[in-house]
Amino acid sequence: MSVLADNFTPSTFVDAFRFMGDNFSLLLTKAGETSELAFAALGVALLVALPLGLWLGHKHRGLFIALGTSTLGRALPSIALIAFFIALLGVGFWNILVALVVLGVPPILANAYFAIDGVDRDAVDAARGLGMSERQIVLRVELPLGLPLILAGVRIAAVFVIATATIASVAGGNGLGDIIVSQSDRNVGLPGVLAAALWVSAMALLTALVLALAQRAASRRMSPRT
Amino acid sequence: MTRGWHVAGGPVIPSFGRSSACERSNGWFCTDWLQHHWGDTLQPALVQHIELTLIAVGIGFAIASGLALVGFRWQLFDAPFGAFSDFLYTIPSLALFQLLVPITGIGVPTVEVALVSYTLFILYRNMIAGLKSVPEEAIEVARGMGFTRLQTFVKVELPLAAPAVIAGLRIATVSTISIATVAAFIIPQGLGEPIFTGIQQNLFRTEILAAGMLAVLLGLTADGLLALLQRVVTPWSRIR
Repeated sequence: MSVLADNFTPSTFVDAFRFMGDNFSLLLTKAGETSELAFAALGVALLVALPLGLWLGHKHRGLFIALGTSTLGRALPSIALIAFFIALLGVGFWNILVALVVLGVPPILANAYFAIDGVDRDAVDAARGLGMSERQIVLRVELPLGLPLILAGVRIAAVFVIATATIASVAGGNGLGDIIVSQSDRNVGLPGVLAAALWVSAMALLTALVLALAQRAASRRMSPRT
Repeated sequence: MTRGWHVAGGPVIPSFGRSSACERSNGWFCTDWLQHHWGDTLQPALVQHIELTLIAVGIGFAIASGLALVGFRWQLFDAPFGAFSDFLYTIPSLALFQLLVPITGIGVPTVEVALVSYTLFILYRNMIAGLKSVPEEAIEVARGMGFTRLQTFVKVELPLAAPAVIAGLRIATVSTISIATVAAFIIPQGLGEPIFTGIQQNLFRTEILAAGMLAVLLGLTADGLLALLQRVVTPWSRIR
């Protein structure tokens, strides 16, 4: 810990906003790095977890897998996982990405499973009676009906991945976290730390808000009109 | 403030007097390191970690209960409370710890405020969901039998909501154990401390792995214990 700690007062928040004005392009670059990493990881996690979750849910199989991965995913300390992957593979975009994917998969997988598993069986039977193929049932009946819950899982995963992408800086990653952990750098200082912390919070909140709105739109569309 | 590992002066190979060949070469898992440092590093960190978690979940449970009672009784408050806890949950942990430092200083309170904030979302949502899932008939029967409103709440609604509440408690506890490792960025406590030390010491694998696995084991043990509690408290509900 550094002696600078004593200088940390509420007025530092004012300096943080001054820092944002003076170092706008730096923050923008770092925010770009964080979002690139986080959204790439989220994309890969979606590609892995969504089809698996949809399929398991459709077959009503794999409750244990869904529950187990979500509990294990929650129990994995992100900082240890990041550090472990960096120790294993070295610092690098792809290495950190792998760790982020590992953390992003469980909530998406679990929610997709429970969303599809919980779809009204009558609706599925009706679709089958109409002559729909299993693929059509999943894509045209179960997916739209389960979409709100699936999006809730994506939101949790997104928040989790952005938070962890920030933490990755502790072990040598790039992005806004880089500024947060370099309070001893004279050019950054405490205002810089707070500025970056505010930016990354804003990024997470904005992402969550967009997904929450999508979730609301999806559940509105599916709720029966009375 | 906090851990300026950038200025810690280049990577340092662990140089404890008795370091073994495995430690010097940063082997995958040095059991001798584990033997030597269980007592002075891992065990205290584990105890601190349990303390940090218990305090956070305890306070979080108390606050969430209060909020849930109000939010359930007066629907008007439900949406804002839910949105507020959602907001807190969304702020990345490293950022929240740093943002709290100017307000609450460097120390356990900062860490606890952040950890409590993260428990609220899960606990509040599950409490409300549990209370709302109580069948209307059950409440009507109780009222018909002459139960007062308070009696109905304590003897009918609370027990029926208990499984959802404990399910929330399980998720909140496991998450808190995991997030508490990040607290070591602010204060040298908990299982995050050996992890951060390991990172600073040229990514010393044994220490990172050992502390990380301890945190996972602690989380899974807590989850199992709470699942047992769920079964004991609500013998009528099927356990998942």
